[in-house]
Amino acid sequence: MAPAAEIVFDRVTKRYAGRDAAALQDLSFEIPAGTFCVLVGPSGGGKTTALKLVNRLVPFDSGDIRIDGRSIRDLAPVELRRGIGYVIQQVGLFPHMTVGANIETVPRLLGWSRERRAARVAELLALVGLDPADAGRYPAEFSGGQRQRVGLARALAADPPLLLMDEPFGALDPITRHRLQIEVRRLHREVAKTVIFVTHDIDEAIMMGDRIAILREGGVLAQYDTPDAILAHPADDFVAAFIGEDRALRRLALHRVGDVPLGPVRGQTPDTPRVAMSTTVRNAVSLMVETGRDAVVVVADDGAECGELTLADATRLLAA
Amino acid sequence: MNAAGPVIPNFGQGSSCETGDHVFCWDWVRAHWGDTLEPRFVEHVELTLIAVGVGFVLAFALALYAHRHRRVDQPIGLVAAAIYTIPSLAIFQILVPYFGLTTTTVEIPLVGYSLVILYPNILAGLRAAPPEVLEAARGMGLRRREVLTRVELPLALPAIVGGLRIAVVSTVSIATIASFLGEKGLGAPIFLALRDAPPFKTEIYAAGALVVGLALAFDLVLVLARRALIRWPR
Repeated sequence: MAPAAEIVFDRVTKRYAGRDAAALQDLSFEIPAGTFCVLVGPSGGGKTTALKLVNRLVPFDSGDIRIDGRSIRDLAPVELRRGIGYVIQQVGLFPHMTVGANIETVPRLLGWSRERRAARVAELLALVGLDPADAGRYPAEFSGGQRQRVGLARALAADPPLLLMDEPFGALDPITRHRLQIEVRRLHREVAKTVIFVTHDIDEAIMMGDRIAILREGGVLAQYDTPDAILAHPADDFVAAFIGEDRALRRLALHRVGDVPLGPVRGQTPDTPRVAMSTTVRNAVSLMVETGRDAVVVVADDGAECGELTLADATRLLAA
Repeated sequence: MNAAGPVIPNFGQGSSCETGDHVFCWDWVRAHWGDTLEPRFVEHVELTLIAVGVGFVLAFALALYAHRHRRVDQPIGLVAAAIYTIPSLAIFQILVPYFGLTTTTVEIPLVGYSLVILYPNILAGLRAAPPEVLEAARGMGLRRREVLTRVELPLALPAIVGGLRIAVVSTVSIATIASFLGEKGLGAPIFLALRDAPPFKTEIYAAGALVVGLALAFDLVLVLARRALIRWPR
């Protein structure tokens, strides 16, 4: 199976029977292979509908969706779905099956041998941060966050080139959600799949996405770009309002102080704030505001000073 | 009194206990186990198993159909409820001209009753799968049949076994009416003993205890079956 797939939405329109307004209106955008693409927007924006069109859980009226150049209409829905990982908010683990049996659902449908399935289950449990010894336990024995990890492992089981995630962390507490967000980003770097991720949470979209597609009411694409570009140049008032007035700070949160050019350390007082390389520029600026300084000193893990980040540097970042 | 020979307790030749209208005579039970209680007990087991077995097959087929075609659920439910309200004696009256005093005539209402109990339970079980579980199953590319066999049916097992328990226990009890159509089942000795003057208590109690014991035994088997079949925590 291909490591990642390119997805093209080509003038897709969807209307639900008995409703005047379209759920999706003339939706066109391309997701390059390996991209983590977040669909975000208010309710009624059609993000979940757009997601479910891709694996044909919802039929569409006109236009086309292509995966690696091939229309999804050319494949039987069942075959199509077996090649696409699917993760939903309520997880939907089979309560009567062990975690291992849940994970190997698609591989079993695809006729993998028992040995290959067992090896894959162990590999996936480790990948999503669970104990491979948990394969014999039942979903009811796990917490919500652990269940969603299992759901993720199940979606990845047959190594699909595309992963669809429908508000996967929406039902989790903030701490668990944040931990899983970080882990899914890490996983995405490791497995390099194309991901389409639906959320209504703009913070989550900015944190997770390589690209963000913002949908407004009526299923119209308001803007499709990188998080940084959207925060820097919102396409219109709707997008500007949706991403919030603190968009400058949100942009700074996308950068880590270790990744931006630093100036030499100037004459500093002992109480000049010191931050680690992994600190975001946003947090560095927050420290400056808090302490009344116009700079922070960036230090490496071993405590050596790497340089200084000034408020002016942060402003320059925003101008980029 | 009819001439069924050894089945009828014979007061003239019975022990002092039997002739003395005592509450319970073990010696009668010992003497008539082989010619009265055991054969009636075996018949009773057969009546129950056929009624629940046939009723289950029909209920299962109907429930699968109603699960697939939601429109027919209410009509089936109404017909089933209507069947349930017809007194069994009235049903015998209708059926005897066609089937005579046969097991068929007895089994038709018994099958009907167990069907009426099993159908809604099986259907409820099939519908018990949470929507997100079904969505995940579809989203992963399970075919309709695979969703049924791998997800819906296993998840329906608790409700199905629960329905079977009610159906079996009530059928064991209702099957005593078979005695209205001849000497069949544990209803027969009770029925005959009631006709004695005074009613022969030992026979009534012994047969009644067997009915209760049989119901409990069936129930126990089903409880054990449920424990073996349903291993996931709920």
